[in-house]
Amino acid sequence: MLQPHILLVSFGGFEKKLLQRLAEALRIETKAEVQVRDIYFDLNLFYDPTRRQYNGNELMKEVDALFPGNQKVIALFNVDLFIPILTYIFGQAMLNGRIGIVSAYRLGNERYGLEPDPALYFDRLVKEIMHELGHMLGLIHCHSPLCVMRSSTYVEDIDQKHSAYCKNCLEMLSENTGHKT
Amino acid sequence: MAMKVSILIVDDEDSVRDSLYNWFIEDGYDVECAENASKALSLIEANHYHIILADIKMPGMDGLEMLRRIKAVKADAIVIMMTAFATVNTAVQALKDGAYDYVTKPFDPDDLSHLIRNASKQVVLSTENAQLKERVTKLENVDDLIGNSPAMQKVLSEVESVAQSSSSVIITGESGTGKELIARAIHFNSPRKFFPLVSVHCGALSESLLESELFGHEKGAFTGAMYNRKGRFEMADNGTIFLDEIATISMKMQVELLRVLESKCFMRVGGNKEIESDFRVICATNRDLKKMVENGTFREDLYYRLNVVNITIPPLRERVEDIPLLVEYFIRKYCESMSRDLVKIEKAALARLEEFEFPGNVRELENMIERAIVIGNGKEIKLKDLPLGKQVAATGIESLDENEKKHVAQILDKYNWNISKSAKALKIDRVTLYNKIKKYKLRHP
Repeated sequence: MLQPHILLVSFGGFEKKLLQRLAEALRIETKAEVQVRDIYFDLNLFYDPTRRQYNGNELMKEVDALFPGNQKVIALFNVDLFIPILTYIFGQAMLNGRIGIVSAYRLGNERYGLEPDPALYFDRLVKEIMHELGHMLGLIHCHSPLCVMRSSTYVEDIDQKHSAYCKNCLEMLSENTGHKT
Repeated sequence: MAMKVSILIVDDEDSVRDSLYNWFIEDGYDVECAENASKALSLIEANHYHIILADIKMPGMDGLEMLRRIKAVKADAIVIMMTAFATVNTAVQALKDGAYDYVTKPFDPDDLSHLIRNASKQVVLSTENAQLKERVTKLENVDDLIGNSPAMQKVLSEVESVAQSSSSVIITGESGTGKELIARAIHFNSPRKFFPLVSVHCGALSESLLESELFGHEKGAFTGAMYNRKGRFEMADNGTIFLDEIATISMKMQVELLRVLESKCFMRVGGNKEIESDFRVICATNRDLKKMVENGTFREDLYYRLNVVNITIPPLRERVEDIPLLVEYFIRKYCESMSRDLVKIEKAALARLEEFEFPGNVRELENMIERAIVIGNGKEIKLKDLPLGKQVAATGIESLDENEKKHVAQILDKYNWNISKSAKALKIDRVTLYNKIKKYKLRHP
């Protein structure tokens, strides 16, 4: 087990069924206990009209304040996120931190003029959550092409990798957390 | 192990610094941040950063001014300028001032990854390049030039001052004093060190062979010339050519050599195309070239062309204080090459070495030590292991005449009773030598 508790929080726009499936997938990948919360939240405060996107850095601070404690919190958003230096982000987490954010906004095929593919969308979402969770557990980007910790800057990059940590990353996780993986 | 690249982020906005910090940390880089140019400059002064990512618009000193200051002290620093307000003018100015790249905020995540990956590749290549250069320099260092004596120190300081120029050098000194080592020291301390040092032993080659060796030849130039061949002058392009035993070349070759030295152009034997080569010439001889000029056996114009700088290496007998250092150096050299434990040298043996004349100079000393290590007991070099002959085996107080008699006899033996050569070695005329042979009743064995 990586961590006793992972809290997956939906900040609107996700079906309950999808959230349950995500939690189940995370349980299988991480062998951790995963809880799901769905909350109502006014995102307008974090909207930047000049960029027409939502500020990822500010949202991270807000999530941190909303969910104090020791658990690892992954916040899911269905809006387009940015940080000041980057045009967009799929997700963000502090290395060894407690909070991670993931945006599903750019993960659907329909954003790229393609036919919707719910299975692919689900896969991408699991991989992004696993990636940010990896950072929260102390993993840096991995050069292995199939490892979920490989950096992805385009959605196609996400499709190239698997949803699991590679052997090296698992060993590092084991050292970082002190838990057997 | 892969090198860890370090990055310094300079931006007055907290959010930018934090975002970049997180991004690079997740990518496995060593990252530090500075909120203004002054702090960045003091960090750069104290630490080494491979890549500096700096904002252009900052309160106080702006990024462009900081870039100029960094480049003034660290010309090879990789500085990437960032701006939220891109204009062609600032971009051009930044690149003119030596920025590695110029990017506008916000970046596309993929562009940022590529930018840093490319900069990192350059860092790794530059580091490897520097390490390789250092290794090459170390391989060809002047470690073999041993000596603390004033005479040797003078030679070393001459080497140091002449190395940086491209002037021709004549190295004179007795056989075995290390003329080739001095030539190597000059070359490998000069800006030409990354190009070849081409050595030619003029004395070992006949006139026609030397011509072909120096200038190269075209296919069919003479019987047996089956392929085109580059000459030594061509091979020494951008480097140095070392002409050992220059005094032995014929008058015809002297003319040819003079022409090449003046024009730095030549034709291969059998060729009709002028070839240019930028080389530096270092010559060596154990003969008195000035006297040869006076005798008409060496061209005066060539002598002056070659003799821009003259370095004279003192014979070993004139720098006796270097003998212990040389002995120690050769012991280490040969024990290591023969995979043996380091041997010591008996005090009496060292004292005798210091008394010895060493007509063969350092080469003779080197051979003696090598031989002593081979035949010795593996622990200590003893007097009996050294082939010093009668010269230093004498004991007790002897008169000046007795010493002179022994010395004259030894020289006569050495030159197989060739009166002219012996007289020259003794620096006396032949008549005086005959008188001394008569006086001391010396006989040809």
